[in-house]
Amino acid sequence: MADGNEPRVFRIRVRGSDVVASCAETEKALIALEQAVAFPRPLPVNVGCRKGGCGACRVKVLSGDYTTIKMSRAHVTEQEEAEGYALACRIMPLSDMEIEPAFLSPRERMEMRQAQKFAD
Amino acid sequence: MSQEGLLRPGIAQLRVLDMDEAVKHYVEYLGLEFVSKEDDGRVYLRAYDEFHRHSVVLREADQAGLDFFAFKADGQEAVDGFRKRIEDFGYTVDDVPAGEMPGTGARIGFTVASGHRIELYADMDLSEDAPETNSPMIWKTMPRGMRAQRMDHCLLYGPNIEEVEKFFTEVLDFHVPERVDMPDGAFAIWMTVSNKAHDIAFVKHDEPGKLHHLAFFLQDWNDIGHAADIMTHYDISRDLGPTRHGITRGQTIYFFDPSGNRNEVFSGGYTAYKDHPTRVWDHNSVGRGIFYYERQLNDAFLSVVT
Ligand code: FES
Ligand SMILES: [Fe+2]
Repeated sequence: MADGNEPRVFRIRVRGSDVVASCAETEKALIALEQAVAFPRPLPVNVGCRKGGCGACRVKVLSGDYTTIKMSRAHVTEQEEAEGYALACRIMPLSDMEIEPAFLSPRERMEMRQAQKFAD
Repeated sequence: MSQEGLLRPGIAQLRVLDMDEAVKHYVEYLGLEFVSKEDDGRVYLRAYDEFHRHSVVLREADQAGLDFFAFKADGQEAVDGFRKRIEDFGYTVDDVPAGEMPGTGARIGFTVASGHRIELYADMDLSEDAPETNSPMIWKTMPRGMRAQRMDHCLLYGPNIEEVEKFFTEVLDFHVPERVDMPDGAFAIWMTVSNKAHDIAFVKHDEPGKLHHLAFFLQDWNDIGHAADIMTHYDISRDLGPTRHGITRGQTIYFFDPSGNRNEVFSGGYTAYKDHPTRVWDHNSVGRGIFYYERQLNDAFLSVVT
């Protein structure tokens, strides 16, 4: 954000839904999505802790640039982060973005982590 | 004294992603006292109405969750007795020497079938700021934030909870005030070693060793409302509530710390004497059991853990 300027605002689309959220570069994508969807319509992305710890809001970024803040490595490994996986509550846009839900159920997460351990 | 052996929950060691943010949350907002930060980086906290040195320990790590949950015993003899019974049950017991935590005696630790590390210990120094005991005031320093009075209980998620129940009841002398049974077996158990409605609870879950929430006791429903006001003002992520649990009857809010660990503020709850029968919930009423007013579970209850 340039000094003294209003933060830039970008659009975030969720593939597979018609949701488009306006999200400032200072705002977390998940919070913008929550604001864009009127209660009680279901959100296209799961919401849990909103703090990067639980993995509920795990997404894959299909296009666009963003900054991330510290998130639990239990849910997005360094390699997955490099592949574009992120927690929606820990990313802030630097351009328009398209994301897609990539939630892992506890069993899927356990199996994936075990497979990754085995591969190492 | 008729309660012998284990007395109560004593220590919860939590992993947090960012220590400064965590301290701000637990000290300013929940209202715990900052006791010390040690050379290894761990931070020790205590609720204002607790007598002993610390009850919550924060450790910075790259994954949130619970390192262990410890129960305090009425003496070293009791801890030694439990060691024997735990080993006879077939679990390996390890030793944590006195002084591994400041002001804290030797501890023993072991992993239960759900993948959680549980510890037992007999000794901890009294806090320099412990509540008064001579013609006491109700508090010594003015309570802050949500005015948490004590670290109260935890709910843990993991597999094999039938074995967990057997271990806690047969080896550690807990009893089971409430349970949820599904057609395919136990889904959740609430257990206590005292006469609080629960000191620890477990829900069946595929991944081992997960934390659902760590709970803090508040005075009453008014303080639960005050806690909700604080959550909105300081943009603390709320999960559900203020509401009531059918199970334990506690009044509650679930919310999250800055690392995504779920916290609960809890007030009320019935008294659970050891000779009371277990209350059993079936799969059609579990929603009302967990969230009495909503009468259904939210998505996060089953899927969001650290
Ligand atoms: S909501 Fe928990 S990690 Fe984003
Ligand atoms: Fe609880």
